[in-house]
Amino acid sequence: MRRRHFLTLSAATLGGVLVYSLDRKAAVLAAQHKPVRVPLRFFTETEALIVAAAGSRISPSDESGPGAREAGVAIFIDRQLAGSYGRDRFRYTQPPFEEAPRELGYQGSATPRQIYRDGLKDLQGFHFLTPAAQDEALRKIESTLFFALLRQNTIEGMFCDPIHGGNAGMIGWQLVGFPGPRMSYFDEVDKHYGKAFRPKPMSLRQTTGAKIRPSEDEP
Amino acid sequence: MKTLPAVDAVIVGGGWAGLLMAKELGSRTSLNIIVLERGPSRELSDYATDMDELDYAIRLRMMQDLSKETVTLRHDITQRALPLRQHGAFLPGAGVGGSGEHWNAQVPRFLPDCFELLTKTTEKFGANTLPEDHAVRDWGITYNELEPYYTRVDKLLGTSGNAGNLRGKLIDGGNIFEGWRSEEYPTPPTKMPYFSALFRDAAKSLGYHPYPAPSANISQSYTNPDGISRGGCTYCGFCAKFGCMVGAKAQPTNLLLPIIQKRKNVSLRTGAWVRRILFDATPKSVAGGVTYIDAAGEETFQPASLIFLASWTLNNTRLLLLSGIGEPYNPSTGRGTVGSNLTHAVGFGAATAFFDQPLNRFMGSGSAGILFSDFDRDDLDRSSLNFIRGGYFAARGYGFQPIGAFGVLPNSIKATWGSEWKKASVSYYDRTATIGFAGEHLAYKTNFMDLDPAYKDALGDPLLRLTLDWRDNERKMAKFATPKAVEVARAMGAREINPFPGLRSYDAVHYNSTHIQGGTIMGDSPAYSVVSPYLQHWQLPNLFILGGSTFPQNASANPTPTILAFVYRTADVIIDRYLKNPGPLA
Repeated sequence: MRRRHFLTLSAATLGGVLVYSLDRKAAVLAAQHKPVRVPLRFFTETEALIVAAAGSRISPSDESGPGAREAGVAIFIDRQLAGSYGRDRFRYTQPPFEEAPRELGYQGSATPRQIYRDGLKDLQGFHFLTPAAQDEALRKIESTLFFALLRQNTIEGMFCDPIHGGNAGMIGWQLVGFPGPRMSYFDEVDKHYGKAFRPKPMSLRQTTGAKIRPSEDEP
Repeated sequence: MKTLPAVDAVIVGGGWAGLLMAKELGSRTSLNIIVLERGPSRELSDYATDMDELDYAIRLRMMQDLSKETVTLRHDITQRALPLRQHGAFLPGAGVGGSGEHWNAQVPRFLPDCFELLTKTTEKFGANTLPEDHAVRDWGITYNELEPYYTRVDKLLGTSGNAGNLRGKLIDGGNIFEGWRSEEYPTPPTKMPYFSALFRDAAKSLGYHPYPAPSANISQSYTNPDGISRGGCTYCGFCAKFGCMVGAKAQPTNLLLPIIQKRKNVSLRTGAWVRRILFDATPKSVAGGVTYIDAAGEETFQPASLIFLASWTLNNTRLLLLSGIGEPYNPSTGRGTVGSNLTHAVGFGAATAFFDQPLNRFMGSGSAGILFSDFDRDDLDRSSLNFIRGGYFAARGYGFQPIGAFGVLPNSIKATWGSEWKKASVSYYDRTATIGFAGEHLAYKTNFMDLDPAYKDALGDPLLRLTLDWRDNERKMAKFATPKAVEVARAMGAREINPFPGLRSYDAVHYNSTHIQGGTIMGDSPAYSVVSPYLQHWQLPNLFILGGSTFPQNASANPTPTILAFVYRTADVIIDRYLKNPGPLA
């Protein structure tokens, strides 16, 4: 059996944001003196640190707003890879696997889990590098399938409903002005023409008041 | 194999077509009817909590499970086809209601001349206008014959819109290029999000005739002739790839299922994967029933007197091929009919426009949009065009969600990750929108379906193989449409515009539409068609085939109202004539 791994998140590295622990209890990091240890479902701790570091070069925390690190992208990706997405539960995976023109889509046999595990081998020690060296390392793998997945999953982790472990505190939604799922814009949809209308974001759980099981928690 | 007691009718597929037939026959006759649906059951309450972009729009929770079955694709017969291992260009739904649950519910009608395309095109422009290897056909029915059924469909759905041609009288504000309508739409047009309103004003300023998209995502409360009431759309923005949270969007689960569930003579079995239609190969041949794997995994034979195939375009064709019903189409000899006339749609984002002002794109609905059809009409002057047929332009008002919408940038920005990319993506996030184009796809002798020789489904049956590519006519149409859309985007005040780069080979990766048609086409002769215009199989008169698989070629308009109109017509003829005297109708 796999040894349990944790990703340790501290208020110092993240600054006053919410993270969601495995049992989905929200914890506000800034209010705590001790760091939060989030149990990992797929990554080793080292892998999670590399993914967190790489994600935050793809979507950095900078003057345009918070990035992948504050959103908890590494936790999101860990859960996705542990779930049906990571093991290609819904993809056609029967052989033979052949090379194909781009218009036919990904034809490989490797699942997202395998693609990450292999791709991360090329980024050993990545989380110890300077940001400039990290960018240089990412530029070398820019054209790989692993990087394409990492980039796509980083965007997903920035903007998914917080139920999936990313977009912590809905910071991704605040960043772009997306209010989350809301019941009605009947009185608003044909108003505010040309002017920003920015209702405060609400998560699916807040809007519906319902307990929702995300797909990554399904067997 | 388990054999069940015989029933009067078995319907394969519980989507729009199958459930409408079940509702009509089930409530107007005492026939004992079984609907077999491969996917799971669905209830309206499932959708109260589905507004999760990741699980529904990105991981595509409502779509067919490709791990069990997909299709293979090649561009021409010299290539080896490979499986489409993940969803892309089209999104077949799974479960009760099928794709009718997760659609955008935009419901225009086909143009009158679509139904007589071969005759009308030849008459007007001469036989040489059509590409040399076209397979364009007449449907064996006219728009005038179909119009009353279209009107029934509008009443079923409660369609919102403005008529543009009321019994021949052209009305400004509607689509003046559409076929005549006997009645006004049941409900007024939807509200318009800002982007659609901008497009309407710009199109008008350029001399076009914009109109509100006919929408089955309705503008206000409506009770249909079956007594089903729905409230109006709340513009929450979660339409395509989602079921409707408030039930304003017409879906088989809110319009058909409640009636079916009250009928003791109709039952719906989910988890039933139909594998074969059994038939008796004697001169007086009839289909005898279907075999399927039930939810518990047991192979089951369901005998039935009447069989309806309503399992979407691709599976309708595949089931005929697997069952050995009819002669498979052979492109080399031109013999055979099953699998011929595969068409998709010339659908693409013609111009992606970047604005200075915010658009509030999270509000809207999949069919709260503005269209113009000045290049989609049966009287278009073709003297200056180098292609035939056309399509409509659209500013659809579907709600944007951030995973899909983040990172769409002007071509001038080269960064794809990092600070520069993020800054631009944040700033353009709510300032970006795309003008779409939806054009007709002609049928060609070289675009067809058969069974794949190599790849199998989870049960060991061969996958369906698509041989499909774009041809000159589609490429020229796209080349014509793109600068028109760019011109409109400019008139809307866009700061930057990404034009569509052009159609190359058929692309199975990027979404086009779920409007794939053909394979079991209708027509007035068994020499080239599989079913008659009553959707009755030419050789097996107790087999009826419902859905887009019966379309000889595709129109620009979204197909669902046309599919439903034909189901109504077939239900009527079965009740009025067939049940009294079973046998060939045409």
